[in-house]
Amino acid sequence: MEGSRIFVKGSEAVAMGALDAGLKGYFGYPITPQNEIPEFMSKHLPEAGGAFVQAESECAAINMVLGAAAAGKRAMTSSSGPGISLMQECISNMAGGEVPCVIVNMMRGGPGVGDINTAQGDYFQSTRGGGHGDYRTPCLAPATCQEAYDMTREAFDLAFAYRTPVLLVGDAILAQMKEPLTRRAPRLDDPSEGSAWRLGETSGPGRRILRSLHLAEGKLAEVNQRLQDKYRDLKQQTRAEQFMTEDAELVVVAFGSTGRIVKSAIRKLRAKGLKVGLFRPITLYPFPEQSLRDLAYSGKRFLTIEHNMGQMVEDVRLAVRGLSDSGFFGALPGYLPSPDEFQAAIERASTGASL
Amino acid sequence: MSRIVIDVERCKGCLLCTTVCPENIIRQSRAMNSQGYKIVECDPGLASACTGCTACAQMCPDLAIVVWRTPKGKKEAA
Amino acid sequence: MTETVAFERTPSVADVATHYCPGCQHGVAHRLVAEYLDSKGLAENTLMVTSIGCSVMLYNYLLFDAVEAPHGRAPATATGLKRVRPDKVVFTYQGDGDLASIGMAEIMHAANRGERVTIIFVNNTVYGMTGGQMAPTTLVGQKTTTCPSGRCASSEGQPFRMAEIMAGLGGVAYSARVALNSVKHIAQAKKAVRHAFEAQLEDRGMGFVELLATCPTNWKMTPVAANERIENELIPCFPLGVFKDLKTSGAC
Repeated sequence: MEGSRIFVKGSEAVAMGALDAGLKGYFGYPITPQNEIPEFMSKHLPEAGGAFVQAESECAAINMVLGAAAAGKRAMTSSSGPGISLMQECISNMAGGEVPCVIVNMMRGGPGVGDINTAQGDYFQSTRGGGHGDYRTPCLAPATCQEAYDMTREAFDLAFAYRTPVLLVGDAILAQMKEPLTRRAPRLDDPSEGSAWRLGETSGPGRRILRSLHLAEGKLAEVNQRLQDKYRDLKQQTRAEQFMTEDAELVVVAFGSTGRIVKSAIRKLRAKGLKVGLFRPITLYPFPEQSLRDLAYSGKRFLTIEHNMGQMVEDVRLAVRGLSDSGFFGALPGYLPSPDEFQAAIERASTGASL
Repeated sequence: MSRIVIDVERCKGCLLCTTVCPENIIRQSRAMNSQGYKIVECDPGLASACTGCTACAQMCPDLAIVVWRTPKGKKEAA
Repeated sequence: MTETVAFERTPSVADVATHYCPGCQHGVAHRLVAEYLDSKGLAENTLMVTSIGCSVMLYNYLLFDAVEAPHGRAPATATGLKRVRPDKVVFTYQGDGDLASIGMAEIMHAANRGERVTIIFVNNTVYGMTGGQMAPTTLVGQKTTTCPSGRCASSEGQPFRMAEIMAGLGGVAYSARVALNSVKHIAQAKKAVRHAFEAQLEDRGMGFVELLATCPTNWKMTPVAANERIENELIPCFPLGVFKDLKTSGAC
């Protein structure tokens, strides 16, 4: 498979990326628009010696991931917004217990049951912890099929390097659109991965306990401090794509599929002579605030475009505070915005007109 | 004779052991341990009747009793 | 001296005082589990999934590697654990709120799938840790802090009989209910724990044991009176016995 180009959906690319990353356990529940992931896993994961379970709910699925991950195995689940909402308690648990795993969210319209079309309304849920307590999960936002494959592989490495759940956030466009993909050689299993903390190595007084409950005075504070130190270290892992930003006067900030559509709009507007560029965060958490701030230092203005009612724009404004501000153009979840709308919004912002 | 050893600091004074001893040798004492529990003791006058049956220890939720069994017919002087 | 130790702490139970109330029988239940695993030399191969309830501290008392599952989810966590480490002995230890209320979906599905894990279910008809609220196994007429006039069948339903429900599911190889209120019952309980682990070890399906136990504090009784309540009130509602004992497993 390695090297040859195949034509697959983004969901399939995610599944292939996970398999090639050495996935040992997939536990999931059907939900549109990502059902290709459990379907692919049900066939290919057992063939590769891993475990597949279609769980009774998303809630059960993420708790199965906890069990497999507690044994030090690469484990994952996938869902869409409503299912990710059900998983929050256990994600909080795993963040607190420092248990690594990968959780894929192919976003759809919300709130509630919403629709089954594309949207980006889960940004807050993805980047602010999502569940209760002071925790964050690294969050990667691919925009192409190839990125979906590559970033799924990276998500596992990140998860185990930092002992944390990691979110991979796409949307219905990415999940369902077919594009070329080049797979790479599968990762060789590392039997020592997780050996410092996983269950199954000991018993007796030296036994290991993976937990998030700490009742003794000061113990939970220690855990919280350790987590904060970890999130500070994670800031080294920020990533973003910058397209024609060097001499741009207006930088459009957009992520995921919206970022791709904006890129086309940028090209068209550049051809008309407008000095615009694209800043596409790839790590939504840790947010690439320093890179944005560097652009703000050189006097650029910003416009954030998202398929939601204004979520990432808050992080953009925070990043450029004191130096600049960001305008906002949001497409309402529940209809598919056209590239012309984005182009018009960028044009208006570029000429300084209000939106 | 068989005997039991009660861990004074582990006993919570629940008295479940007193309900199962076939020889009725365990009773609530007047002593309190450092936790404030009124613990059990063997009635010294009856202790020699212990058969080492382990009923008390099995009933105890706190593993506060160790049982030593001396086979019948071999009696050591106290 | 010709005396020998007839009863002492088994190695996998920690030599520490427990936080359980006087007369609470969690200490008996977890001891039986440890005694079986120690008798078979399985301690080093055992992985434990703890749950939420009074027994949340179980990992302080049983010296096995453990992962703490969120409330009700232990059967799902045990599923993930056993599926990737089928060579290990995996068990959950849950109370009546954890297993039969919030965790009802997880236990039903893990049982139905026939996960090769062992479920230790301690039923004391009340939510202990949170101060005595009604549980799915609270008896009709029993007063708790959330049914202060007594459980009413027409608005709160009847108590769940989990051992019977488990026995009705295809993936369960062994399901039994025992009690801890007498030496004779404890001996039966010890046997049931053994059978529930053997179901896993012999790859026949899930092993499930329901143990009727006291909660003196929330029943507002002395430990001795609470122990009598098991005989007088619990057993008539939750009959003891083996409800399923499958000697073979289903093939694909």
